[in-house]
Formats: sequence, structure tokens, C-alpha cells
Amino acid sequence: MTAGQDKQIAPKVWASGLILGTLAAICTALVAFTYSVTVARIVANEQAYLEQSLAPLLAGIAYTNNLSESTLVIPPPHALPGNGPAIVYRVYAGDEPVAALFVVTARDGFSGPIKLLIGIDTSMSITSVRILEHQETPGLGDLIESSKSDWLTQLDKTSLQSPSRDSWSIKRDGGVFDQLTGASITPRAVIKAVKATLLYFEKHRDSVFAVIPPPQDAATE
Amino acid sequence: MTDNSPILQKLRSGLWDDNPGLVQLLGLCPLLAVTTTFVNGLGLGIATLFVVTCSNILVSATRTWIRSEIRIPMYVLIIASLVTCIELIFKAYVPALDRTLGIFIPLIVTNCAIVARAEIFASRNPIGASMLDGLAMGAGFAALLCAIGAFRELIGRGTIMANLDMFFGGDPQTGLVIVDGGFLLAILPPGAFFSLALAVAGKNYLDQRRKKAPKPGERIHAR
Repeated sequence: MTAGQDKQIAPKVWASGLILGTLAAICTALVAFTYSVTVARIVANEQAYLEQSLAPLLAGIAYTNNLSESTLVIPPPHALPGNGPAIVYRVYAGDEPVAALFVVTARDGFSGPIKLLIGIDTSMSITSVRILEHQETPGLGDLIESSKSDWLTQLDKTSLQSPSRDSWSIKRDGGVFDQLTGASITPRAVIKAVKATLLYFEKHRDSVFAVIPPPQDAATE
Repeated sequence: MTDNSPILQKLRSGLWDDNPGLVQLLGLCPLLAVTTTFVNGLGLGIATLFVVTCSNILVSATRTWIRSEIRIPMYVLIIASLVTCIELIFKAYVPALDRTLGIFIPLIVTNCAIVARAEIFASRNPIGASMLDGLAMGAGFAALLCAIGAFRELIGRGTIMANLDMFFGGDPQTGLVIVDGGFLLAILPPGAFFSLALAVAGKNYLDQRRKKAPKPGERIHAR
């Protein structure tokens, strides 16, 4: 390439850069404007959705605190299901802890991780369980969703005492919980995750409610 | 026939003759993945309609600056900003639908039907015509999404237009329940391919039948 061609190309490159830069500035302004208009509503929606999804797990429990402000993040490694950080919403009536809601991830579902919300009250029994996210097969494994079947309700009011620890599995594995027709991997993963969460809460109850995050303990799996 | 008015012709081209999904077979990834229910199809259809219209307007407005060597980055910049905006708007005003559509809203950026309209039409035509082109093509794509969504929901779940509350607010609605349960295959991925194949075959059948027996005064579409 000769010096003459270089001189011809240089202005074109500058012009292209300038055009792209201007367009980028305009587009950024557009996004920034939309963000500033919508951000308040988005935050409000997210909080409302959180409260709305936590509420069914707290039926019949009187509590006073703002759930989104009582969040505790337990960093890995921990004995809870899942490799990532686990989230706990701590529920208080006044200063007295009444329940804890765990967001954990079962990694042994049929397809992909299953994100669960597990409510446990301070008498160590399950208030209720909800499925937050999953990719299980529609019509088979997805019956774990409470909007699709009442399979999950069999976990309500259970604890490590009733049924006994050894019976905490699906019937096919010698336990007491119903499986789903055509899908046993999904229910097995859910039951296992709930049991692991109960065991964790039993062991670490005080540190969950302590203001300071609980001491980390090595994963037992 | 009023068929010759340019606006009607454009609409007809978007909705039928050059439908982005049925004829150009563009944007199939979201089309196949999202259309498990009518309301999902409607949501993504409206989002795509908005993005393709605005991107056509913006590309057309800036077409005098466009240099051929940087046109693709320019389209991507415009489309990506618009999609970010619509994602924010969905999160703010229809959060339930946003949660259902999930990743497919950001993925509108990669819908090649939109870049195709920017390149083929908007970069060479004035703003008004480009807006009309975007509306027509977006409407064609949205109509196909809704049709396939409704079809798969009917076969797969036995309902029609369930959960419209995700879009319009109000109480949860079950829609018209035709039968309880359904033929599961329709909402699984194979059902998406079968449904699209049926739609394309149906369109070609109708076109061929019309070509064989043209009504007097109607123009024949030779392709």
C-alpha cells in the first residue's frame, strides 16, 4: 500500500469512527432515558414479586419484618443443596425468629438445576415448598410445580421427626413420599434437597439467625 | 380491487406473500422456542413488532450517514439499544410476561428478520415507507407467532388463550378449556417443527389453489 492510498483512507476511517461514536452516544442516551423512566417500577415489581412468592410459605405465621431486608447470603462451600451461594430470608415476629425461607438449588434433576424455595419454621417443620425455576419435562417432571399438581403439598408440615429420617425419600427408594408417574428422578431430587435443607437448618439454626453470617462448613456431599 | 394501494400491498406482503416466518423463514429460533402458548406468542410478537418498526425508522433516518463498511455495527447498535429499552419496559409494565419469555426478549437482538429489514429495505427507503415496512413485517411475524402459539396450546394443553392476565392484568384466567390435558408432543420442541411445517404447507396449498383458479381482476403472484 502506498502513502497516497493511506492518505485517502485515513479520513474515511475517521469519519466512520465519528459516525459510530455519535450513533453510540444517541443509543446510550435512549437506553439511559428508558432506564430512568422505568427503574422505580422495576424495583417495585421485583419486591412485590418476592413478597408475593414468599407469602404462601408463611400462611398462618405472624411476622413483622420486611423480608427483602432480612436476606442472608450463605457463600459456598456450604452443606445446602447447590454449588452457588444460598439465599435465606429470615422471618421475625418482633425480635423473635419464627421461620426461615431457603432458596436452594437441586443439581440432580432430570434436566438442569431445580431452584427451590423451602420454608421451615422454628419448630423445625416445613411450612411449605415452592419450585422457583426448573427445566423438567412438561407434563411429567413439571408436575412438581404447585400450579400443575398438588404433589408438593405432601411436604407441608413434615419434619425430620415425621416421617423419620430414614423414610425421607420417595416410595420407590423405600421412603414415604409419592413419586410422579413416569418421573422419579425429579421428585427424588426435590425430596433430597428438602431433607438436606432441614438437616442444615437443624445444625446451623442459631448461626442462621445470628446477625453475623454463619461460619462456613465444608460440603459433606 | 383496492389491492393496488401501496399501503395494502405492503401489509399483504408482510402478512402473507413475504411473511418473514412463513416465506423468508427468518427468526425461526424464537419462533420455535417461544410459541408454546398463545400469550407467549403474542408477547414476543408485540416486542418484535415494536423493535422492527423502530429499528426501521432509525435506520432509515440515519441512512444518509450509513457507510457500507460500518453498516452492520450500526444496525446492531440500533437494534440492541431498542431491545434493551423494550426489555426494561416489559420488566416495568408486564413483569409476569417478562418472566415467562425470559431470555427470548434480549435475544430479539439476534432475530435475523430485523437485520434483514434494515439491510434490504430501511437503508434504501424514506422514513414513512420504512415504518410501514416494519409494521407490516412485524405484524406478519407476530401473527405467525400467535397462530402457532394458539395451535400448540390447543393441541398440547387443550386450552385457548389461557393466562391472558399476564399481559392485560386482572385475575388469572384459564382461557377456554376445551379438554383437560392434551397431546404433550405439541408443546415439546418437535411439536414446534411440526406446527411450523403445517403452517408453511398450508400457506403453499392456499397459494397454489388460488393460482390455479384466479378470479377475474385479481393479479397472479408468480414467484
